Amino acid sequence: MNDKSNKNSIIRLFNVSKRFGGKLALKDITLDIEQGELIFISGPSGAGKSTLLKILYLAEKASEGQILIGGMNLARISSSKLPFLRRRFGMIFQDFKLIPNRTVYENVALVLEVAGEKPSFIRKKVMQVLRTIGMEKKFKALPPTLSGGEQQRVAVARAVVGQPSIILADEPTGSLDLKSAQIILDSLMEYHKKGATVLIVSHNLHLLESTVRSRNVEISEGTIKRIATIC
Amino acid sequence: MIHFVKKALADIHSNRFLNLITIITISLSILVVSVFLLFFENASRVIESWNKGGRAMIYLKSEFRMDMLPKLKVKINTLGDIDEIVYISKTQALDKLKKNMSSQSAFLKTLKENPLPDALEIRMKSYNSFEEVQKFAQSIKAIEIVEDVEYGQGWLGRFLKIFNLFKITGYAMCTLFFLIALFITANTVRLAFYSRKREIEIMRLVGATETFIKAPFYVEGLLQGFLGGILGMVILLITYLAVSSGITQSFASYMYFDIRFLSVQTIALIITGSIFLGWFGCYLSLKQILK
Ligand SMILES: Nc1ncnc2c1ncn2[C@@H]1O[C@H](COP(=O)(O)OP(=O)(O)O)[C@@H](O)[C@H]1O
Ligand SMILES: [Mg+2]
Repeated sequence: MNDKSNKNSIIRLFNVSKRFGGKLALKDITLDIEQGELIFISGPSGAGKSTLLKILYLAEKASEGQILIGGMNLARISSSKLPFLRRRFGMIFQDFKLIPNRTVYENVALVLEVAGEKPSFIRKKVMQVLRTIGMEKKFKALPPTLSGGEQQRVAVARAVVGQPSIILADEPTGSLDLKSAQIILDSLMEYHKKGATVLIVSHNLHLLESTVRSRNVEISEGTIKRIATIC
Repeated sequence: MIHFVKKALADIHSNRFLNLITIITISLSILVVSVFLLFFENASRVIESWNKGGRAMIYLKSEFRMDMLPKLKVKINTLGDIDEIVYISKTQALDKLKKNMSSQSAFLKTLKENPLPDALEIRMKSYNSFEEVQKFAQSIKAIEIVEDVEYGQGWLGRFLKIFNLFKITGYAMCTLFFLIALFITANTVRLAFYSRKREIEIMRLVGATETFIKAPFYVEGLLQGFLGGILGMVILLITYLAVSSGITQSFASYMYFDIRFLSVQTIALIITGSIFLGWFGCYLSLKQILK
């Protein structure tokens, strides 16, 4: 079915299904994503978009099929190796998932602390990333005191600070006003231009300038309905 | 490491009340245990001193002849760590008796025969407890030519029985309090874990290893154990200082009664035990949660 065995593939799914109890959330998904690609995933609510991202970073296990991330077979990853897989991803969620009682700085620094980076490096890197996203002045603020747009900017900073090769964003602009959504998308595009593979689950496709090449994967009822290349 | 300590301190700070309760519980348990240890250390020393430094008299049967002495000495030496063995013949014993009871020596003169037995006085080189002396005495008593061994077993033995009863109670109390402290510690860790459940989920998502996630809890447990132990020791010391001078004054006049605070080794042991308690509570709790 899919014979295009590209050497540059960073994410490969072969006939992947995900079952919750008796319910199929994903059905026979086969998808090949190249290194450095920009992928939009769209589809109605309940289509399985979030589930698709979750099985990539192993928040959920695929029920059937195979998934390769950078050549690693997810089915063979032991629980002790799981954290190292996760460090290849930068994740952004619709609900931000920031730690409420930790400052902006601490939330972003966590990624590097977890990876065992040196404190001096962490300090430099975190402040640098916060600057590029315009949050350096609020590095001491606690997430609940920030607006939704600001919180998501922090979440983006957290996602990119570890310089992951893949960004997974699950409706990152869903709850934001247009201006905030644009800032988030712009910064994701910025990071994508540096060579990262970026997957965005989004409805706000119209926000995107059509200068960047991307693919739009449309999902409905757990299956891929259409893949369109946008130039 | 500094990172984990900081995190643990922040967590202790944000759960001040819970942590205070835990530390107090640990310190109370430590207090109970150390009160018993204090009592036993002192009681043992007092008993030892009453036992006159591990001295015992071995009375020999009338069949004893002088040529048996070297063999007997060798035999006794193999049974325990003996400092010295002094042979006291029945004649010597009688002479001593006569000297001591010079006023009643007339009565002693009426004796046709020396009623006293030959004897050996021994002193053990090192002995750690009264039980050791007791055991040693029994093994000597088993020697054929030995009639009897005397080491103050009469009332001292009875005292020892009460003492041992105390000891059993002490062990039971210590175990009970240890379990209570363990339960409280484990529960505190559990509550701390659940209060940070969301944070831990997020940490996992950004690639934290289980070790990284668990480490602050262990630091917290160890710290609680340490602080609880120190607090318990401080309370004990204050109580000891307040009470001991009174006891020594009222008893010292007619009895050997040297009360001392716990030895440095025992204090170290208690603090170590307390730290272990914190660690173990954490271990049990996390094992149960993360299974
Ligand atoms: N943990 C779960 N347990 C049971 N069913 C789930 C779970 N997660 C998702 N589902 C179901 O799988 C389907 C796809 O969900 P999801 O991937 O979240 O959809 P989307 O993100 O496209 O809105 C939905 O019908 C949802 O109810
Ligand atoms: Mg979703």
